[in-house]
Amino acid sequence: MIITVNGDNVSLTKELSLAELIAFLQLDQPDYVTLLVNDRLIYPSEHKSTYVKDGDTVEYLYYMGGGQA
Amino acid sequence: MSQERIAAAAKEIRLSNPQLERYSRHIILNEVGGSGQKKLLASRVLIIGAGGLGAPAAMYLAAAGVGEIGLADYDTVDLSNLQRQIIHHTQDVGKPKAISGQETIQSMNPDVQVQTYREPVRADNIKDIIRHREYDFIIDGTDNFPAKFLINDACVMLQKPFSHAGIIRFQGQTMTYLPGQGPCYRCVFRDMPPKDAIPTCRQAGVLGVMGGIIGTIQAAEALKYILGVGQLLNGFLLTFDARTMTFRKVRINQRENCAICGIQPSITALKDYEQPACDIRQQQAQTFQGGAV
Repeated sequence: MIITVNGDNVSLTKELSLAELIAFLQLDQPDYVTLLVNDRLIYPSEHKSTYVKDGDTVEYLYYMGGGQA
Repeated sequence: MSQERIAAAAKEIRLSNPQLERYSRHIILNEVGGSGQKKLLASRVLIIGAGGLGAPAAMYLAAAGVGEIGLADYDTVDLSNLQRQIIHHTQDVGKPKAISGQETIQSMNPDVQVQTYREPVRADNIKDIIRHREYDFIIDGTDNFPAKFLINDACVMLQKPFSHAGIIRFQGQTMTYLPGQGPCYRCVFRDMPPKDAIPTCRQAGVLGVMGGIIGTIQAAEALKYILGVGQLLNGFLLTFDARTMTFRKVRINQRENCAICGIQPSITALKDYEQPACDIRQQQAQTFQGGAV
């Protein structure tokens, strides 16, 4: 199946939970990455129970704090 | 409503011949014209953090003729700031950033009045700072999450539009909050990250131009809001990666259960979060408290 992650197509051989997808993508700061699936914010508490389906659009966003000092 | 105040105040302004020349490239724009330039001259923008993001934002807003700019920053200019904080110069090292920024702005454009606030924003002063001149638009140029969440919560409570931004390494992000017109920062990033969970620019570094790119976008959002032109970044988080020169505009929905802008907000009072700001040097913070609020 194919999903879209931050605008790029990603091919998966099986359905993955969001927690598994974070590991598969080797995302930085895995405990603090913000995930949206089809424009819906998915809380970290739901990452293990939420599975991506073929055609889903996933966006991952990071906290960014820099800018002043 | 800020835009109504701006429109009313703009009607009292007459452009002088030097102003007609200075702002001629604005005035010939159909979307600006003489009436738009008067709106800019009648507007008030508060910039919290006169550093990597706030420096370019302040300079472009000053050049554009925003009539009043507030600079809130308790820190002093450090040599390591000069790689990106272009509002400050070598001879400014050791000087309060708010004062250094004020001097640069005044040398750029005498039309601009500058208010300085030389103290950290806190739960007990941020509303007073915003209300001091009833700022029309606020720019978050801070570098720490306690300040970012505080600015978001204060602006939602006061129903003030603001621009959030953050930068690190080769990346940046920004979004705009408009009261009643889309999500706030907490709709995306619900809670403060734990202390030291997210690296800071001091720890991870930042390419100098990142503040210029993202801070200038924040300035553009302020100008568009004042002028009532175009589509702002409300409802979107714009991300930028300089390594690939990739901009991404991610749609963000307002959350009905958001703790501050949702239907039944659970946050009803501002609070100072315990996580210390990454670069707050307590000694300096104490030294420069009691500024011009």
